[in-house]
Amino acid sequence: MNRVRLTGWGRTAASLATLITPTNEDEVAAALSGEVIARGLGRSYGDAAQLAGGVVLDNSGLDGVSSITSEGLVTVGAGVSLDDLLALSIPQGWFIPVTPGTRQVSVGGMIGADVHGKNHHRDGSIAAHVRALRIVTPVGTFETSPTHEAELFWATMGAMGLTGVVTSVTIQMMRIETDQVIVDTDRFDDLDAVMSEMKSGDDRYHYSVAWVDCMTRGRHMGRAILTRGEHASLSQIDEPHLRSPRPARLTVPLDAPSGLLNPLSIRAFNELWFRSAPRHERGEAQALSTFFHPLDGVRDWNRLYGRRGFVQYQFCVPDERSEAIVEAISRLSASRVPSFLAVLKRFGPATPAPLSFPQPGWTLALDLPVGPDKLPGTLDELDQLVLAAGGRVYLAKDARLAPATFAAMYPGLDDFLSVKARVDPEGHLTSDLARRLHLGFPHG
Amino acid sequence: MDNAFGQPQNVVVLGGSSDIARAIVRKLCAARTNTVVLCGRNQDLLDAAAAEARDYGAATTETVLFDAEDPGNATRVVAEALAKVGGPVDLVIVAVGLLGTQSEMEDDPEAAARMITVNVTWPVAALTELRARLVAQGRGRILVISSVAAVRVRRTQYLYGGAKAGLDRLCQGIADSLEGTGASLQILRPGFVRSKMTTGQREIPFTTGVNEVAENTLRGLATGERIIWSPPILRYVFFVLRHLPATLWRLLADR
Repeated sequence: MNRVRLTGWGRTAASLATLITPTNEDEVAAALSGEVIARGLGRSYGDAAQLAGGVVLDNSGLDGVSSITSEGLVTVGAGVSLDDLLALSIPQGWFIPVTPGTRQVSVGGMIGADVHGKNHHRDGSIAAHVRALRIVTPVGTFETSPTHEAELFWATMGAMGLTGVVTSVTIQMMRIETDQVIVDTDRFDDLDAVMSEMKSGDDRYHYSVAWVDCMTRGRHMGRAILTRGEHASLSQIDEPHLRSPRPARLTVPLDAPSGLLNPLSIRAFNELWFRSAPRHERGEAQALSTFFHPLDGVRDWNRLYGRRGFVQYQFCVPDERSEAIVEAISRLSASRVPSFLAVLKRFGPATPAPLSFPQPGWTLALDLPVGPDKLPGTLDELDQLVLAAGGRVYLAKDARLAPATFAAMYPGLDDFLSVKARVDPEGHLTSDLARRLHLGFPHG
Repeated sequence: MDNAFGQPQNVVVLGGSSDIARAIVRKLCAARTNTVVLCGRNQDLLDAAAAEARDYGAATTETVLFDAEDPGNATRVVAEALAKVGGPVDLVIVAVGLLGTQSEMEDDPEAAARMITVNVTWPVAALTELRARLVAQGRGRILVISSVAAVRVRRTQYLYGGAKAGLDRLCQGIADSLEGTGASLQILRPGFVRSKMTTGQREIPFTTGVNEVAENTLRGLATGERIIWSPPILRYVFFVLRHLPATLWRLLADR
C-alpha cells in the first residue's frame, strides 16, 4: 500500500490516495469494498481519476490485446494505451475509428470519457464503435453491449468510471490503406468565415478541426486555421507504408516558472502559429500521428504551465445557438484572460449515453493557465452562457464546475443515477470529481 | 472538494463569529462554498453568521457550540464539526482568539493564563486533531488566523502578541509536517483591522477593513502561499520592524 499524490493533466487540486495495480478481475473486485476509482494514463485534465484518502486503481495491469479478426474486431485490456494498440494495428491496416488528440490514453480512459475526435460529425464518439465492455461493479461482473445489459453499457460511456471498473473493451476498428492523411488547410481572418465554411463544407471531409485565436480583439477576432482530411488511399501516395507512430522525441524536463505562459508570450505564439499556416493548401500528405496527435511530439508538455497548472474549458452548444461560441470567444478576448489557440469542431449525433458529452452542434476547447484573478469568475459566467444555450461542459476536462450547474447541463443525470444505484448501491465508486459535483455522492 | 482554482466547497470555521472569519466566509460563499459549519461560544452570533453565509450563497449551514477556555473539548468540537460537513472537508478556518485589554490583565495571573489558553492551547489542541484527520483524508486545508502582532511583540499587547507568536510558530511547524500529505496549512497575518475586536483602539498605519483582509485571504488561498499578509506590504514593513533595536522598537510601538 503506497499513498501517492495524484492530479489530472492540468496539475491542479492534488490529493493523496492509495494506488493499487490489479492484474485481473478478481483483484479489481476485491478492491471494490471501499471508496475507489479507476485511473488510466491520467490524461483527464481535472480531478476525475483521483480520490482523496481512497483507493485508486491503476488500470495498467489490465493489459493484453487479442488478435484482430478479419472483420476488424479487437478485444483490448482496459489498461492498454492507444499508443500500444495503434503500434499493433496500423501495420495490419487497422486504425482506431475515433481518436482523441493524444495516443497517451488508456482504452479504459477512452470509455470513461467517451472520447471524440476530428470525425465526430461523421462517426460519433468512441461509444458508437464499441461492441462489448466488461465491467466489474460492487455487485458483480457484467459483460455488456448495446444489446445486452445495454443500460449499464451506455451509463458507463462518459461516466468517468463511476459505474464500475472497465476491464476489457471490444472495438470495431476501421480499415486504412496507408499511414498517411491527405490534408486541406485554409486560413480565415475571422470567426464567422470559418464557422460558415465548417457548417457547409465539413460533410465533404472525414476529419475536420479549426484552431481559433481567442486573444485577438476587433475585426480579426476569432481568426482561425481549418484543417480537414481523409485517409490516403494506396493510389494517392507514391511509396505507401503502414508504419507504427514514432515515440515523442522532445520532453519538458522540469516545471516552467508559472509566469512563462503570460498574455504576451501566448499572443506571440498565436501570432506565429497563425502566420505560419498557408492561406490555402490542398492535398498535403501528413503522417497519421502528425495529423491526429500533434501534441504527442513533446512529452510532459503540461509542465510548461508551471506549478499552478492550467484548466481546459471545453463546452458544446447546439447549432441553433452557435452565437454562444462567438459570445464565449468575444468575452474571453475582452477579459484578456490568456488562452492558447482554441480548438473548434462540429459534433454529429449523440449516443444514448446519459453522461456522454457530445451533442449535435459546435464544441470549443480552450487551454487556460491558472493564475489570473478574473479567470474563475469569467468561466462561471461562461457556464451560464453555455447552460442557457442548452449546452454543457465536458467532464473529462472539468476541474471547476459547480454541482448545480453540472446537474442542469446533464438532463440524463437521473437515468445515470438509477443505473448507478443498481450496480453500486453503497456508492463505493467515487472520485474527487464526483465529490465536487455531488455526482452520486450520498451527501449531495 | 477544492477545485482547480483553490475554491473550497465545504468549510468549517472554528471561531465562526469572528469578524474576519465572517468576511472570508462571505467571499467564499459568493464563489463556490455551499456548506459551512460555524463553531463558537454564542449561539445567537453563530446563527447570525450562518444566516449571512446563506445570504451569500451557502446551501447548508450548521453550528457547533463550544468554549475555548476548555481545551479538553477540542477533539469533540473538531469531530462534531467535521461530521456535520457530511463529507470530506475542504477548508478549516481557525479564527479562535481573544484580544482583551492588556492593562486589565497584566497583573492578573488567571487572566494572563486565559489569554494563552484561548489563543494557543485550545487552537493547538484542535489543530492536533485536525492534522490527523486531514492527513487521513489525503486532502484539505487549514487557514490559521495569526496576526502581525506575532512577528514582534509590543509592550502594550504582549499577552496577545506573545500568544499569537506561540500559535504562529507552532503552525509553521505543523505546516512543514503536512508537506507531502495532500493536506496543508496556511497562516494569515493581518495588520490592524477595524472590527468589533478592536473597537475603541487607536488606529495605526496600514489599518484595513475586514473585507480587504478577506480579499487578500482569497488570493492567498488561490496561490497556496504559506504566509498570507494583509495588506501584502506588511511583509516588507515587518521585515524591517523585526530587526529594529529594542529601544527604537519601543519608541515606535508604544507611542
